[in-house]
Amino acid sequence: MSLRGTAVIAGIGQTEYGKLPGRNPLSLNVEACRKALADAGIEKDVVDGLFVKYPTSTFHSMYGQTVAEALGIQPAIGGVWDQGGAANASMIGFAVMAIEAGQCDVALVTFADNPRTGTRQAYQRGWGDDAVYGWFGTPAGYAMIAQRHMQQFGTTSEQLGAIAVACRKHGAANPGAQLRNPITIADHQASRWIVEPLRRDDCCLVSDGGAAAVVMSAERAEELGVADPVPILGFGQGQTSWEVAQRPDLTSTAAAVSASKAFAMAGLGPKDIDIAEIYDCFTITVLLTLEDYGFCAKGEGGKFVEDGALELGGALPLNTAGGLLSETGMPGMQLVLEAVRQIRGTAVTQVPKARTAIVSNQGGIMHTHSTLILGR
Amino acid sequence: MTTRPEPEIDERNREYWAALEEGVLKYQRCLGCGNAWLPIRSECPRCLEANWTMVPSSGRGRLISWVVYHTSYHPYFEDKLPYAVAVVQLEEGPRLIASLVDEPSELRIDQRMVLSVQRDDGRARAAFAVDRDYAR
Ligand SMILES: [Zn+2]
Repeated sequence: MSLRGTAVIAGIGQTEYGKLPGRNPLSLNVEACRKALADAGIEKDVVDGLFVKYPTSTFHSMYGQTVAEALGIQPAIGGVWDQGGAANASMIGFAVMAIEAGQCDVALVTFADNPRTGTRQAYQRGWGDDAVYGWFGTPAGYAMIAQRHMQQFGTTSEQLGAIAVACRKHGAANPGAQLRNPITIADHQASRWIVEPLRRDDCCLVSDGGAAAVVMSAERAEELGVADPVPILGFGQGQTSWEVAQRPDLTSTAAAVSASKAFAMAGLGPKDIDIAEIYDCFTITVLLTLEDYGFCAKGEGGKFVEDGALELGGALPLNTAGGLLSETGMPGMQLVLEAVRQIRGTAVTQVPKARTAIVSNQGGIMHTHSTLILGR
Repeated sequence: MTTRPEPEIDERNREYWAALEEGVLKYQRCLGCGNAWLPIRSECPRCLEANWTMVPSSGRGRLISWVVYHTSYHPYFEDKLPYAVAVVQLEEGPRLIASLVDEPSELRIDQRMVLSVQRDDGRARAAFAVDRDYAR
């Protein structure tokens, strides 16, 4: 039995993105949920599932209950799911499964954080005892993978730059984006090294903000008179437990497992996808994901992205609101929201006749991966 | 002046760090299933038994990948920039994070490397140099 299309994203909501002094993650969660409920056109009383990713910058025990209390709801099922940046898309899949299993009827999935005005320490920590070697921070893990990919397949920094150029171009067209200046390959090449071979323009933003989605069955959406529900055609997850140093293959990732499950549920393949909202915490993440999703062969990501294929009007418009590199550094939920807008036909950078969108979320250093396929 | 970050030494990893002080890189080998691994852990991640011993590595391996830090995430490394960090696979199988002796411009993946313990300040650490005996 396939769950293809049995559930929908009935509503989406978000706060402003960027630097939001004076706002805390709880307040941002409430605003995002309030707007998502309003977008779905439903009252909060019907919500009986609440799935929350805790703020990455500061861990809170029992945070799902904290958010439920702030929302004044008593969900039957829910709590916090910790998969790093993969969690938001994964929780949408869990919500669909919970609905299908009769464990809840209407679910809210929400995330908010304020690492820009708060602390960004979570991204800069040493990796256990390997801090002795100066092995610190998230960018270095991705740089280690990028270096291997470059040497193994001839991928260049300029090709990674093409990914940043596409995201920055789309962010520049989005009035709600945090970073709105487009760049050229030359600008990318002139940006300073963070951890070589990754440059500043290969690295995502650090942002405050919140975003939420309402999930329910297609049937319930009809009963409740939801104006513009977007069907969830497929979802999947994939994970590796190995840290970067122990991982047997640095350049093939669990995105392949995740996508194969999502494509199988949807009965679709890469050629059927109109728009890609791919987690771009770093440019190399996009390259690996496109390869592992089957949009091109392993090792050919550089060639696939270098000639504008990812830009509006290209073969596979990518991160049409700017992604983590330009819209907001938020870990993943913004990509789901943009996919919903594109399928509804209400996006600022609307791709004509967009009928299918694939969304990737991923966490750690390519440890956890989650895929959603939305469409009609 | 800030000092280099220190590992957390406990009963499990004391022998590992003590061996490095003697110029030897040790890894764990399971006496039940033969699995070999790093970093130090309590149970074999293949058979899950705690029946292991520590074995000295030949110190030979190959370079899986490396990065060069141009950003410091800890005060100690501020005046060490740029510095390199590598992933090396020992010929016995285990992989580890280590420092590099050679200039990054001389490096390529899968190159043969040889252990060259560094103790320039504080605790002895695993570092690797290009193995000139194998250099092509
Ligand atoms: Zn064993």
